[in-house]
Amino acid sequence: MQKITREILIDKAAFLLSTGVVGSVFGWRAGEFDYDVTPALFTDKTDLKNNFVFGDFCGANVSKYLIKATKNAEEKILVFLKPCDTYSFNQLLTEHRFNREKVYVVGIPCEGMADVRKIKEKAGEGILKISSTEDGVIVDTLYNGTISLKKEDILLERCKNCKSKKHVAYDELIGEDGTVLENDRFDEVAALEAMSPEERFNFWQNELSRCIRCNACRDVCPACTCEKCVFDNPESGVENKAAYNSFEEKMFHIIRAFHVAGRCTDCGECSRVCPQHIPLHLLNRKFIKDINQFYGEYQAGEEVGSRAPLVNYTKEDIEPNDAVNKGDK
Amino acid sequence: MQRIGVFVCWCGSNIAATVDVEAVSQALAKEPGVVHSANYQYMCSQAGQDLIRAAIKEHKLTGIVVCSCSPRMHEMTFRKTAESAGINPYMVEIANIREQCSWIHKDILTGTEKAIVLGRTAIAKVNLNAPLTAGESPVTKRALVIGGGIAGIQTALDIADAGFEVDIVEKNPTIGGKMAQLDKTFPTLDCAACILTPKMVDVAQHEKIRIFSYSEVAAVKGFVGNFDVTIKKKARYVREDVCTGCGLCTEKCPVKKVPNEFNLGMDTRRAIYIPFAQAVPKVATIDADYCNMLKNGKCGVCSKVCTAKAIDYEQKDTLIEEKYGAIVVATGFNPISMEKFDEYAYSQSKDVVTSLEFERIMNAAGPTQGKLVRPSDGKHPHTLVFVQCVGSRCANCAEKGKEYCSKICCMYTAKHAMLTRDKYPDTDVYVFYIDVRTPGKNFDEFYRRAAEEYGVHYVKGMVGKVMPEGDKLMVRASDLIANKQINIAADMVILAAAIEPDKSARSIATMLTASMDTNDFFTEAHPKLRPVESPTAGIFLSGACQGPKDIPETVAQAGAAAAKVIGLLAKDKLKGNPCVASSNELMCNGCSSCERVCPYGAISYVDKEFRGPNRTVLVRRVAQVNPAVCQGCGACTVACPSGAMDLKGFATKQIMAEVDAICK
Repeated sequence: MQKITREILIDKAAFLLSTGVVGSVFGWRAGEFDYDVTPALFTDKTDLKNNFVFGDFCGANVSKYLIKATKNAEEKILVFLKPCDTYSFNQLLTEHRFNREKVYVVGIPCEGMADVRKIKEKAGEGILKISSTEDGVIVDTLYNGTISLKKEDILLERCKNCKSKKHVAYDELIGEDGTVLENDRFDEVAALEAMSPEERFNFWQNELSRCIRCNACRDVCPACTCEKCVFDNPESGVENKAAYNSFEEKMFHIIRAFHVAGRCTDCGECSRVCPQHIPLHLLNRKFIKDINQFYGEYQAGEEVGSRAPLVNYTKEDIEPNDAVNKGDK
Repeated sequence: MQRIGVFVCWCGSNIAATVDVEAVSQALAKEPGVVHSANYQYMCSQAGQDLIRAAIKEHKLTGIVVCSCSPRMHEMTFRKTAESAGINPYMVEIANIREQCSWIHKDILTGTEKAIVLGRTAIAKVNLNAPLTAGESPVTKRALVIGGGIAGIQTALDIADAGFEVDIVEKNPTIGGKMAQLDKTFPTLDCAACILTPKMVDVAQHEKIRIFSYSEVAAVKGFVGNFDVTIKKKARYVREDVCTGCGLCTEKCPVKKVPNEFNLGMDTRRAIYIPFAQAVPKVATIDADYCNMLKNGKCGVCSKVCTAKAIDYEQKDTLIEEKYGAIVVATGFNPISMEKFDEYAYSQSKDVVTSLEFERIMNAAGPTQGKLVRPSDGKHPHTLVFVQCVGSRCANCAEKGKEYCSKICCMYTAKHAMLTRDKYPDTDVYVFYIDVRTPGKNFDEFYRRAAEEYGVHYVKGMVGKVMPEGDKLMVRASDLIANKQINIAADMVILAAAIEPDKSARSIATMLTASMDTNDFFTEAHPKLRPVESPTAGIFLSGACQGPKDIPETVAQAGAAAAKVIGLLAKDKLKGNPCVASSNELMCNGCSSCERVCPYGAISYVDKEFRGPNRTVLVRRVAQVNPAVCQGCGACTVACPSGAMDLKGFATKQIMAEVDAICK
């Protein structure tokens, strides 16, 4: 699937390290299994050579990690960003979360990342090795032999509706830059909007009641970078670790969606990491759809310093009652 | 822990009739923190206040809850009471058990129950209140008047006469407004120009008044006492300081077919023009939409004939920045468009005119030099039909007209009818009306003179249709008193079009954060007690921008607005509002959300050092609020994702405690 190999990236990183442009590298570290990849900071060349990976399981958006990484770094950090990561990167810069001067961005193309859950569903347990092919993967399994799977069957949900192959931030690019893509990512939201309030309530009740409050969605979200999250702050009045009924889980996700409204770039990390498979991105996408409808098309992170419609007042802004009326339709 | 005193007011029977005040004070006495609870007939009276003061001393109270009327009525009273007894005024909370309780409930049980809940809510908040001290801000001793009609003129003159500087911003090339277009004024029938133009001259000559004509307000920042206003002076392509107003250019300009807006398009003017003879400032203006020189660089006649060398084709719009302590809105009104009233054939026949057009026809400086003739053929009309309430009181045709009464039409129609009959006794004049409304000094006498002495036929009923037939206008109407249909072959039909606020009002209201009603009239701070102030501090209302008004009323209101402005500008310092935002730097992310939503520019960022773990120092970007600029609107507190921003006196915790108390 990925056209670009880990060797190209390692060569690039080694070159930038040896020429002193950067002092460390942020990328993805290999795990025990092929699909078990973790975002990581590499400071050592050997470590980089042995453990740096790039492939179909590098879905993780690494831009958020730069906040912590840049805090302690003396020298510049090299970071490899996929197109969708660059939107989060810009949004973080807009919010002054780290210093752009401390980062060297190499934009890398992305062919869409694989969802290991889907592979496991099709190939079963006992996956030994997953190798990338032109239009899919070949899976060696312990029990079911070798299985070949098609790209469209194993793509991450969010990659099926990829919004852009264009890098909106980089110092250097590997390969050709892509373009912003036509997509129908709002179709799912429209389907929810078409439901009756009762159906919609039941839908979310069913989804959100599975939440175990592991906070993974919040921890991975590039828009959730508060010094102290309201959910960790006993003073905030909304913090609670042990929810006493499933309604409180709803509130957690709804409050979080409000907090990131206008700042969410729709990177889809929340849904990717949710161990309970809750389609959390739909909440954020509903906000994005409404913002687009009420205030004109807006893509968070498209440029640094852009004023999100929700925190920017213009005389042309929709009147609140018009927004409510439009919402009813 | 606070020591809270609860004081329940009966407000005579206003509260006591639907709320068991004794039960309320007993129930609230049991709330946490409450050490004293009492009720009294009129808490706001001297005796009631003495009761509070005595209780503060006796029970060593630290917080006060008054269950009474809306805080808009007496919050200040009770804050002062508390202050005089040695408690910080911001330790007082009002539970509104009148407007929000006794007045809207009929059942004493429900009323009492709700009053207890509201009292409990205020107690929950006071428990978390902290003493606050207000800062002071200076006052810029200059006023801005937006609109140069009679309202703006009168307000500006009154403020300037008190010794303060005033600037008038007028979007047209001259001040004067609608009154300058009128012929005679009711109920005295003196000529509008004769009484208006001396005032316009006074404005022009007043050393404290500056006129920005052909200008618009482009942006407003700041707050009461300290507004920063950007005024856009539109290019008129004539140097105002040089032009002598001789008018030679307006005679020589070869572009002759420009519709003359001063005469509502019933005649033409040149591309360079002075709206009317008494214009102030008397300076020519080039209409860029029609000027050949500006459009295609060919002509230059005005420049050649101008002996003063005032023409400047290169002139550009300029932006002027000024500071003001107070702003008066006097944006006035316009008649509504007659487009949607096709039944009156306004667009089909030139002889169907609006009342303002009729006013120009009757005016000696108008398109017909004051001779009453039909616009279509210039013939003298014999039968005239006046239709009242065209678009006014349109309760069931709101998509066409307005629900409200335009107030001035009954009187000016009586005036038009009377003047027509007086000048042309050979005419037959009909007035169709729903009601004739004449509340005003000498108004009813005026109307009766029209009907009785001048023989105007007043017919109660509405005109259903006007049909042009040949050179006549066939008017089909109903006479409700005779209960029959009547048909009149009229020569002219005059429509009393409803009036609406000027279109510029909405964007100005937005800039000023002043509120408007559903009809786009500015709302007053209190419909009875504060009629010339906007709820936004430092913004005042003058004339028809607040509601339909005739000239006497407009002038009275203009003077009242001026008095309010003078009262404000006479102060050297204004006591600020201590309920301002503040940022908890330990939680602030420096994300700039608050800075972006702040309408007052009160938030800035600093890089600050913080102690990190293991003796490290972290530098973080954090928000800081300038309390002198912050107006306490709270926008930042909701924009802040981490809850680092909070509002003093309205802290999130306090609000949550109130909600909890209600839901308990």
